[in-house]
Amino acid sequence: MRRTLFESLIRSPLTEAPPERDDAVLKELAANLDRAARRRLGRSLSIRQVDAGSCNGCELEIHALNNAFYDLERYGLRFVASPRHADVLMVTGPVTKNMREALERTYNAAPDPKWVVAVGDCAADGGVFAGSYACVGRLADVVAVDLHIPGCPPSPKALLSGLLALMETMES
Amino acid sequence: MTLIDRIDGAKVDGHRPWPRIAVDEAGWRAVAEELAAGRLTLLGLWGDAGAVHMAVLDEETAEIAVATIECPHGSFPSVGAMHPPAIRLERALRDLYGLTPLGLADTRPWLDRGVWGVRHPLGAGEDCPSDPRPYAFLPTEGESLHQIPVGPVHAGIIEPGHFRFTASGETVVRLEARLGFVHKGIESLMAGAPLDKAARLASRTSGDSTVAYALAFARAAEAALDIAVPPRALHLRALMAELERLANHFGDIGAICNDASFSLMHAQCGILRERVLRAADACFGHRLMMDRVVPGGVICDLPVAGAAELRALLDEVRRVFPRLVNLYDNTASLQDRTAGTGILREDLVRQFGAGGYVGRASGRAFDARKRPGYPPYDRLDFAMATFDGGDVNARVWVRIREVEQSLDLVEQILRGMPPGPIKADVRAGLKPAEGMALVEGFRGDILVWLRIENDRVARAHLRDPSWFQWPLLEAAIEGNIVADFPLCNKSFNCSYSGHDL
Repeated sequence: MRRTLFESLIRSPLTEAPPERDDAVLKELAANLDRAARRRLGRSLSIRQVDAGSCNGCELEIHALNNAFYDLERYGLRFVASPRHADVLMVTGPVTKNMREALERTYNAAPDPKWVVAVGDCAADGGVFAGSYACVGRLADVVAVDLHIPGCPPSPKALLSGLLALMETMES
Repeated sequence: MTLIDRIDGAKVDGHRPWPRIAVDEAGWRAVAEELAAGRLTLLGLWGDAGAVHMAVLDEETAEIAVATIECPHGSFPSVGAMHPPAIRLERALRDLYGLTPLGLADTRPWLDRGVWGVRHPLGAGEDCPSDPRPYAFLPTEGESLHQIPVGPVHAGIIEPGHFRFTASGETVVRLEARLGFVHKGIESLMAGAPLDKAARLASRTSGDSTVAYALAFARAAEAALDIAVPPRALHLRALMAELERLANHFGDIGAICNDASFSLMHAQCGILRERVLRAADACFGHRLMMDRVVPGGVICDLPVAGAAELRALLDEVRRVFPRLVNLYDNTASLQDRTAGTGILREDLVRQFGAGGYVGRASGRAFDARKRPGYPPYDRLDFAMATFDGGDVNARVWVRIREVEQSLDLVEQILRGMPPGPIKADVRAGLKPAEGMALVEGFRGDILVWLRIENDRVARAHLRDPSWFQWPLLEAAIEGNIVADFPLCNKSFNCSYSGHDL
């Protein structure tokens, strides 16, 4: 058992890349299924939040997305405990050098396709912590960033619109 | 005999409001012995250029003093060797300054992982190639023990840190925390920064306590520069500080219950928290009220509709909160999880000088708003919430009582709000000046120490209450089951960012 657990920690995820839709029949089937699934199940995204050196301000507002006012889950968005289950990584902070490895490991543990959302001013360029010996500064220097939601911290409303915009982009 | 007479050395000029005394090795050791004997409480221990400062409190008289020892040979007698609460402070100081605490048995680094590209960044600052080093956790011996490593990335939306559990079956035998993952180099960024930039950094030391940190920084700067803050600004600051306390306590009460799988409380407290943040946004233009408190006063006044907005908030909370307290108190399955769990002994909170709900839930009646105290709290009527159970339940009850007190305080502040300006001019003199402040955040007392030279911060130190609470979490969890750790941890709700700096 120990070996199984250990292996699952260090190997890359088993989740495979989505199949290529080159076959015309398969393409049509997929399109039909897609429509049906979307109609029935709606859209859905699993988010793993990673604090890469934030002051905790961003976390407080990300937390607020779960409260009754914003109720993130009604959009099919939900926070998951493991990067293995995540489609989206929401990363905050100026990427402290002490957190860099953990962030990279979390990123590598998430299966493809995945998207990275940089949350807050720190993740954009280090914010007030830019230039410190202890910070990388830009999240984009560590992992590829798909969307940036600015703010110090961004309000839950700004976070929500950012995530919904990301879903729209993914659909189109 | 006053505290200053008990510290043998020469008083240093220009340190306000409490004295700073330059001591020799014998004087330094004498203070450490007073700490070890429990006659003084350690408030902080931090480095400077070739020197180490230690702030101490006499709990009986509420006197505070700073002792300073010069380190011409790069070392000083370890306080941690005699008084354990200083151990992590000295390990951090050694990483950042390269000054050696002589006699400290624990030679492991605390913040430095060998990846900064620089050694002793606040001291000599030698460049060094990245060389990540493994960390030796303290050994545990015994039959059938197993270890559970947790973090730095946790399952929830929380800050990063590593917890190493050693368990015997379900029972925790030892917990050792390894922190420092979010070390941002705040004190190095502050050194040489103009006051406004340094204030912005202070406000981002721990985002949940942004008002308290901004206030502590402002009060330290005002003490150093001898600035009188207008009465209206004092009231507005206290208003923001109490709103911050309310928002955090609601968040914590809900989250603690959630960790006992009682999500109803979590949802309801989440609503109250959101209402406070929305009221803060409407009144001060920012949900967390970041950068609103600055040296000299505050940057924004309460709008015309602000008082009515806040009174509506008070009405709503007073309507809903008692029902939730009742629910908490009368749900046996919830009480079963919180009562008797994670008991922290009173002698430990006294030894560590643990502040906030951690200290007050274990019988240490200390609140910086009361003693040493600062305006406008000296004119406001509120009771300190102290319990002696020391368990998760007691830490919840301290928060419940403090919510009630904060509601009253908001009302008193609104009622007594004086007219007038909201900010004084801030001008630095020619001479270097030093200032210090102790401010009660929702988590406990925050210490800020500053030296200002030529309009700039020459050196700053920010000591989060968590420094004296994190080690006690390790004591509180001992003998509890692993599954109760989230509950214990949330009831402490220590800051990672504030601690890691």
